[in-house]
Amino acid sequence: MLAVIFHWDTFFHYVWPPTALQNPLIRSGLWVTIYMAVLAQLIGVILGAVCALMLLSKHRALRWIAVVYVTYFRGTPVLVQLSLIYFGSAAIGIYQFPDLTVGGLMLPGIVQAGILGLGINEGAYMAEIIRAGIISTEAGQMEAAKALGMPFRTAMIWIIAPQAAKVIIPPLGNEFNNMLKSTTLVTVIGGIELFNAFEQVNSVLFEPFELFLAVSFYYLALTIAWGFVQSRIEAGLGERKGIERRPSTLRRLLGGTRVSRVSSR
Amino acid sequence: MIEAVAPEPRIFLEVSHLQKWFGAHHVLRDVSLAVQRRQVICIVGPSGSGKSTLLRCINHLEPIQEGAIRLGGQLIGYTERRGRVIPKRDREVAADRRKIGMVFQRFNLFPHLTALGNVTVAPIRVARQPKLVAEETARTLLDRVGLGDSHWKYPYQLSGGQQQRVAIARALAMEPTVMLFDEATSALDPEMIGEVLDVMKKLALDGMTMLVVTHEMGFAREVADHMVMMDAGQIVEEAPAAAFFDHPESERTRAFLSKILR
Repeated sequence: MLAVIFHWDTFFHYVWPPTALQNPLIRSGLWVTIYMAVLAQLIGVILGAVCALMLLSKHRALRWIAVVYVTYFRGTPVLVQLSLIYFGSAAIGIYQFPDLTVGGLMLPGIVQAGILGLGINEGAYMAEIIRAGIISTEAGQMEAAKALGMPFRTAMIWIIAPQAAKVIIPPLGNEFNNMLKSTTLVTVIGGIELFNAFEQVNSVLFEPFELFLAVSFYYLALTIAWGFVQSRIEAGLGERKGIERRPSTLRRLLGGTRVSRVSSR
Repeated sequence: MIEAVAPEPRIFLEVSHLQKWFGAHHVLRDVSLAVQRRQVICIVGPSGSGKSTLLRCINHLEPIQEGAIRLGGQLIGYTERRGRVIPKRDREVAADRRKIGMVFQRFNLFPHLTALGNVTVAPIRVARQPKLVAEETARTLLDRVGLGDSHWKYPYQLSGGQQQRVAIARALAMEPTVMLFDEATSALDPEMIGEVLDVMKKLALDGMTMLVVTHEMGFAREVADHMVMMDAGQIVEEAPAAAFFDHPESERTRAFLSKILR
């Protein structure tokens, strides 16, 4: 009979932040994971917004470029994209990803590649989300803005974007939840984020079940914490804009209530 | 004795030989119209006759295929360069539209802004007025349309009639020289039509130049200087209001009026 041996001491040591974070690898890994996710998401949102406008442009060439970008980055694995960006671009001499210090923050080359790769990938998904948000606003809104003498850009910023945001922010929150987990993929290019830190600890202790279980709880904690932030943001959005009343996160989870829409007429 | 010579009435808004197609559908057929300052012109006709499209062409929400629209002598939406007519760029079109206010059938208030926000957004973001100045003007305008107590309400908290009055105040905030009303009361419940028409009447009395597409014949008879009857993309009759209602010349107008005034 095979005995199951679970090292509770290892598990507790590494799942409990005060003890686990004494390890500098894990400490910096956690920090890298968080800022990598935030920066990659930021790049994704910016690229996505630009790309969404291109998708809606009347110029065929711009639409075409955007369609190719979205299709490519949604249609190929992130893992392959990351390898292509980090190893590929270094090998053919596009960019070597040297370590940089930006505003007192040391950005190792791998982390740069991770942020860039995850950000570019995310941009393709955000493009569709933002495009959907923009076209969900009534045509009359853009017309009313134009009739008041607003140029396209002014109308976009002050009239369309705030309304599209209501539609964009819930899926954007889900995207960020995914992003927190996708950062683990940077491990393949040797990234020094949280999962990689635990892998390194494991290479010394070789207690993978305990360690990987422990690290999974860190991701769980991050995504749950984000879930709360997200529902606060969404609730605030609904209140301030005064258009849509959303049921609470709990009520939404339990079901039974439909998201009601107060007609604007 | 010196005979006073009446000055030639100055044409302020001029639509000349306008042609407009939606694909193969010929929506406006050689439409010409001259509007003087302070004139109120009501445009009537069956649905699909091109009334709304005409208004939308005037502030260039729709491109035109032939003809010209001039406001105060300036081409709207296009420039003439070496004898050729070229579409203006986005910013230039926007500048043209500032002089023209428009009120829509479906109000199209901005749902994320309060009544005050709706009225101030263009003065602040387009005309670059300081916020306090824009808000001061907006309060005056909202008072003028009878909404002095609803500044902080969002559109969904307002009735249809109130929303449409906010929309009128919003258009006036840019100090347009002409106002276009595109069936402004057609989406309203009957008891709210009056409050919106009253605001429009006051505006006409204050001397605003107005082009009004409407089915409200009582309003038209009372307020319009001139009536325009459209059918199938053409102007079939144009006459001073009294003559139009009492002795319509065209058979088409007579048929339309008898149906609608029954």
